[in-house]
Amino acid sequence: MTDDRASTESDRTGVARDEWQAAYDAAELRDVPFETMSGVPVEPVYGDGPYPGQYPFTRGVYPSMYRSRLWTMRMFAGFGTAEDTNARFKELLRNGGTGLSTAFDMPTLMGRDSNSEWSTGEVGRAGVAVDTLADMEDLFADIDLGGVSTSMTINGPAPMLLAMYIATAEKGGTARADLAGTIQNDIFKEYQAQKEYIYPPRPSVRLVTDMMSFTSAEMPRWHPVSISGYHIREAGSTAAHELAFTLANGFAYVEAAVAAGLDIDDFAPRLSFFFNSHSDFFEEIGKFRAARRIWARWMKERYGATSERSMLCRFHTQTAGVSLTAQQPEVNIARVAIQALAGALGGTQSLHTDSYDEALALPTDKAARIALRTQQVVAHETGVANVADPLGGAPYVEWMTDEMERQAEEVFAHLDELGDGSILEGVYAGIDNGYFVGEIADAAYRFEREVHAGRRIIVGVNDFTDGDDGQQNLLRIDAETEEYQLKRLAAVMQDRDSDAVARVLSRITTEAEDATINLMPAFIDAVQAYATEEEICQALVPVFGTYVEKAII
Amino acid sequence: MGDDVTVRIILAKLGLDGHDRGLKVVARILRDAGMEVIYLGLRQTTDSIIAAAEQEDADAIGLSMHNAGHMTLAPKMVEAVRAAQLDIPVVVGGIVPDDDLQPLLDAGVAAVLGPGSPAEDVARTVRDVVSANR
Repeated sequence: MTDDRASTESDRTGVARDEWQAAYDAAELRDVPFETMSGVPVEPVYGDGPYPGQYPFTRGVYPSMYRSRLWTMRMFAGFGTAEDTNARFKELLRNGGTGLSTAFDMPTLMGRDSNSEWSTGEVGRAGVAVDTLADMEDLFADIDLGGVSTSMTINGPAPMLLAMYIATAEKGGTARADLAGTIQNDIFKEYQAQKEYIYPPRPSVRLVTDMMSFTSAEMPRWHPVSISGYHIREAGSTAAHELAFTLANGFAYVEAAVAAGLDIDDFAPRLSFFFNSHSDFFEEIGKFRAARRIWARWMKERYGATSERSMLCRFHTQTAGVSLTAQQPEVNIARVAIQALAGALGGTQSLHTDSYDEALALPTDKAARIALRTQQVVAHETGVANVADPLGGAPYVEWMTDEMERQAEEVFAHLDELGDGSILEGVYAGIDNGYFVGEIADAAYRFEREVHAGRRIIVGVNDFTDGDDGQQNLLRIDAETEEYQLKRLAAVMQDRDSDAVARVLSRITTEAEDATINLMPAFIDAVQAYATEEEICQALVPVFGTYVEKAII
Repeated sequence: MGDDVTVRIILAKLGLDGHDRGLKVVARILRDAGMEVIYLGLRQTTDSIIAAAEQEDADAIGLSMHNAGHMTLAPKMVEAVRAAQLDIPVVVGGIVPDDDLQPLLDAGVAAVLGPGSPAEDVARTVRDVVSANR
């Protein structure tokens, strides 16, 4: 090239390539042939820099990506009693699953015990019921907690459940420092989309920052917040709003943690993300790539992170539950495969694939196995794991990535203005004035209208409807689960030292009044005394209050 | 009943489940179809729904179900309506497997709208059950 500018650019690219090559060469690789099915060797990455593992990480967080380690196949499971779910966990581990992911039932998610008036009809239905440490012990019985990584999807009562997990592990001889895993603990998206909150936003965020500082000090392998767009998307948002609201929530946690006195490079490396993978293939891939770029830029430029690990947007992906149809359910296997492929091409660190029968019920064993097999096909048969960011450089993919970023930046500017220069205050304000729920409901309604009007085709629902042979073999949770759980809870409450429980609950209320006290140690003491989840949650109510959303349609 | 007669319907989620996407979409569908929607939203009890129905002089109650609690919660709502001598239909929408349709109808639920129900079916079903009740 004769043009000066072009030659400088090509030099820079050359340096980036050399640096990437050195990092790649230093990485340990899986012992599999990196070649096509026909035996042609392929490069670890193609196209221009910045390369995978290089700021701003658009092309991936690690230099060798899936050549070193495939994504974690983490299947979300939970139903009925703790023993039922324990058996499903063991089945998934036997079948090659590499991480556990726990779904709790609605009372557990809302901080209610199985014997609460609120819980009638919902015990063990949509996840596993956990009332006390005894249930957590059953849930992870005979599983080596030092040898697996565990994800727990819980938000409002997240600190109580983390306390139970720590207590379970320590009873079994695994130190808390050796525990690896993630607790969702993303309270902002609860007010925006999933609606599983207990307290108002500000005291809830104190619980989040308490967990961030507790895990920073004592649990180096634990991810204290999984900043989740999944539920925002499921509630009906656009892809760009899923991206924007999620990252804005992430910025808000960063601001809250820094305000609580934490150093950004101490906690940011352990923040992780959770995105939806929906059916618009290229939009999803653009969204994943944009997420990495935006997070890196904001962490470095706005928040002054200096460690590269603080800038990495590492994420879990789940296929879009909302895309599953009750009609012709087997067709869902195709939807899930395409969504899983988008997750892999988007560079996800772990993946849950939905089961085809989930439009109507929790999955059967067979359906859950097919879902796991689906991502195993993507990982081991398609060759997509051989090359990092294989679509990078394609004009459409690069345009989509830029477009996702542009739309997200518009949202950040809006929140920054709402919060007078603070994204944290902007998020509080957006929760308070109905911005998030309004945008999500508008997008959900727009989509439904387009489907109802026939502008959008959903195969098997509003077109191609022949051949639906009805619903078969759904998983049913019988009423005995509730009866069993009620007896179990009564027995645990009978056997414990109720004076000790009363003392620790009163300590929790007292400590809640002082925002400088980290509440985690008191929660751990409480669960060890077999205080119930609801008792602990309610001990905070006199200080924190409760939250009722304004009904906006 | 013709389309010109105004229908007043209470829409609510009974119990702890927070999945409100479906209920919000239905609220807008019914509002666009000319009905008066009293949207109670999340975490309602049978008592709070009955109180709203009495106060608002509602013609129907619409419940949205997602998390497999429908076989317990919907009959409980029907009983509460009867106990309050309200005589208005209860319509259930959401994630309801086919096998549960008849048991719900037997328990006194007026109609069940499953996933993917077209908008016009939703509005027509509500009008039908209200007019059958008048």
